[in-house]
Amino acid sequence: MERKRILSRDYKIGNAITEALSCNRTNIIEQIKDSGLKGKCRTDFSTGIKWELAANLPGNNKYVICNADEGEPGTFKSRILLQNHIETLIEGMIIAGYAINSNNGIIYLRAEYRWMLKDLIKKVDKLREKDFLGKNILGKNFDFDIEFRLNAGAYICGEETSLIESLEGKRGEPRNKPPYPTEKGYLDCPTIINNVETFCYVPYIINEGIEEFKKTSNTKLFSVSGDCERADIYEIDLNTKIIDLLGLIGAKDTKSVLIGGTSGIVISEKDFDKPINYKGLPAGSSIIVFNNSRNMRKILKNFMEFFVEESCGHCTPCREGNIKLLEAIEKINKGDSIPDKYIQTLLELAEIMKMSSKCSLGRSSANSFINFYKIEYRDYIYGN
Amino acid sequence: MRTLQIDKVIQEIIQYYGKSREHLLPILQEIVSQKGYLTEEIIRSIAEEMNMSPNEIYSVATFYSFINIKPAGKYVIRICKTISCDLAGKDEIIKALEKELRIKIGSTTDDRKFTLETTNCIGMCDQGPAMLINDALYSGLDLKKAVKIIREYKNK
Repeated sequence: MERKRILSRDYKIGNAITEALSCNRTNIIEQIKDSGLKGKCRTDFSTGIKWELAANLPGNNKYVICNADEGEPGTFKSRILLQNHIETLIEGMIIAGYAINSNNGIIYLRAEYRWMLKDLIKKVDKLREKDFLGKNILGKNFDFDIEFRLNAGAYICGEETSLIESLEGKRGEPRNKPPYPTEKGYLDCPTIINNVETFCYVPYIINEGIEEFKKTSNTKLFSVSGDCERADIYEIDLNTKIIDLLGLIGAKDTKSVLIGGTSGIVISEKDFDKPINYKGLPAGSSIIVFNNSRNMRKILKNFMEFFVEESCGHCTPCREGNIKLLEAIEKINKGDSIPDKYIQTLLELAEIMKMSSKCSLGRSSANSFINFYKIEYRDYIYGN
Repeated sequence: MRTLQIDKVIQEIIQYYGKSREHLLPILQEIVSQKGYLTEEIIRSIAEEMNMSPNEIYSVATFYSFINIKPAGKYVIRICKTISCDLAGKDEIIKALEKELRIKIGSTTDDRKFTLETTNCIGMCDQGPAMLINDALYSGLDLKKAVKIIREYKNK
């Protein structure tokens, strides 16, 4: 199992910064573009192009923001990266700052991770002592520093424009795009927002080179939890068979595996001999394992309760739609008889939510409902 | 308009962070961590200091689940209820803590020492069940461990 790119590579802090600061800015951006590095959230947008858009705008009043607000159920990779690899992350941010000509870095940390803040600040202070942050970094004509800002318990602020609203002291409701943050972001300045994992790959690309990075591009970082003995984060080759993954993580008596977060793909036992990505790869990066004692309808109910609470209420289809979907699941779980027509209406509603919600929350929850319906409710409702 | 007698602590917090809008969230967070929750008076004071409308501040405060606007205990216990902690047995933990504190989830003890709440995913999915007590994290809970932790807080 490949665990090389971030989790266990030999790493000497500062090498990548030294190397990056000796290149010109355009060159760094070209390297990141050529590496094929993409955002780890739903949009899958090229990191290099994102940086280029911000870099092309004049001035240095720009922001580099690290989105450390993971809140997706079953996802904890940023937590482990922050705890064990914060130096790599900061190094990635410094390089980003240099590449787009920005002096300001912000790590937007979820309130649920406040317990680690003191430790993180200490580690960042150490980097400042070593001259990796602050004025004239490593004697070069480049200033960059980082501050931590905290969310206050709102899942939606993981969405980049909600995150910006929140940083500006507003309700974390998503903005209309365009303008994109690269053009008009935090305080209307050009802003790049990448998540923890993306920044962590940057020093690897700079140090090891594009070709080396591409060699391992078929692996993805997953947070694995649920009914297994060794829940953890794993850097997994996407061709790995599900059955082998279950062996690796010590999962027994497995009923189904949910790959790619709440709106991901539910895979049941008959397909365990297939590779992880055989149905394509959903955006989310969690894998949750369920054993035979679990009732999938209760799991969907748990998800829908999450979405009802976390919908910011801005778009009607998401705000009201999630409540309707949750109601339906509660009815089904109670054993009420469910007319076909009702189910059809719900599926239609889910499609409308996908189409008309401004951000991915409304789309995720609708997908979650549709996916679970496909594998579980069909059998349940029609009794076959 | 009557000028409010503004609490010194609040004034100092606002002074420390700065009066421009982007500092609102850190200010609210700091006040909540010192005062426990935001009263109407506090919201009006912040509004006056920062030259904003109290409504606007209220609307921001109520958006975020960690900004309390209702009286809360000295220690706010937040038990994760999302999927992996659910699979790991969070229901049992909730029952045990309800019994230990003699309150239902969503309420505060009479002595205003504890508020018991559930919260959405706190990112400890590999170590569930898990909970936060104010800013401290407790994971890998079982019944014994959870009750023991609460008893330690009782003696604080």
